Amino acid sequence: MSKNIKFLGLLLTLIIIFIILLKGLNVSKDYSNEKLKSKIDFSINAKKLFSDEIINISDLFDKNSPSVVNIWASWCAPCREEHQFLMKLQDMNINIIGINYKDSPKNAKNFLSLLGNPYSEIITDNDGTKSIEFGAIGVPETFIISGKTNEIIKKYIGPLTSEKLQEIKNLLKENV
Amino acid sequence: MSKIIKLILLLYFSFNFSYANEINTKVDQITKNLRCLICQGQSVYDSQSDFATSMKLVVKNKIDEGKKEQEIYDYLKNKYGEWIVYEPELNQNTILLWLIPLILFVFGGLLIIRKVSIK
Repeated sequence: MSKNIKFLGLLLTLIIIFIILLKGLNVSKDYSNEKLKSKIDFSINAKKLFSDEIINISDLFDKNSPSVVNIWASWCAPCREEHQFLMKLQDMNINIIGINYKDSPKNAKNFLSLLGNPYSEIITDNDGTKSIEFGAIGVPETFIISGKTNEIIKKYIGPLTSEKLQEIKNLLKENV
Repeated sequence: MSKIIKLILLLYFSFNFSYANEINTKVDQITKNLRCLICQGQSVYDSQSDFATSMKLVVKNKIDEGKKEQEIYDYLKNKYGEWIVYEPELNQNTILLWLIPLILFVFGGLLIIRKVSIK
């Protein structure tokens, strides 16, 4: 009798463990922060690329409409690829703020004179700390940020593509 | 007189040094509990990647600002999600993870007590 109970107990435990593990198989393992909508601290200061002037980043954002923030570097090959899409966004008269990530000013300026400058303003991020304020993990990354609430509306990790460009255009129209 | 000045200078610099050391150990302690998001399997403390070096600097700046350890974790969790810290939070998804060792411990204890008392 007690042998049977022991056997049933063991079987039941095994079944429970099996079900837990089976359920675990279907849990998504997406740990990227791409969907996180955190707030940006607008009180940080940064140096402009072209004038060396130190400004408060809140001055760069339009309070009434969303802005696009793009983290880039001249040494980053995918940034070169996505640049054409940023140029297309600029044609739509959108406020694009560039964050030049761990780059030499000379190389950054050469990059822009070669491929065009889509940015309304560029700030430098020599030590990478400003990019962390935006929750970035590397270059390139693109953010749509609401000027009203300082919140990230949408985040793209990695280079832009024509599909992402279309999505950005739609999002900007919705959020005006 | 010059000996006294030397002594004062020595004391001043040694205190300064120990203060800097204290901050560095705190940075190490915090970054050991942060996951390097672009080099999985490594902590921010272990990694030399661009992301990790910037992160170490951010942690150091936050300590200089007078932020507490928990405040720094909360700040980073807000930006990168809970995945950035190694120690999982106690919530609905992780309750089993936290409770199972405790349950095993209690059951194991009960088993041992029963065995001993039977003898």
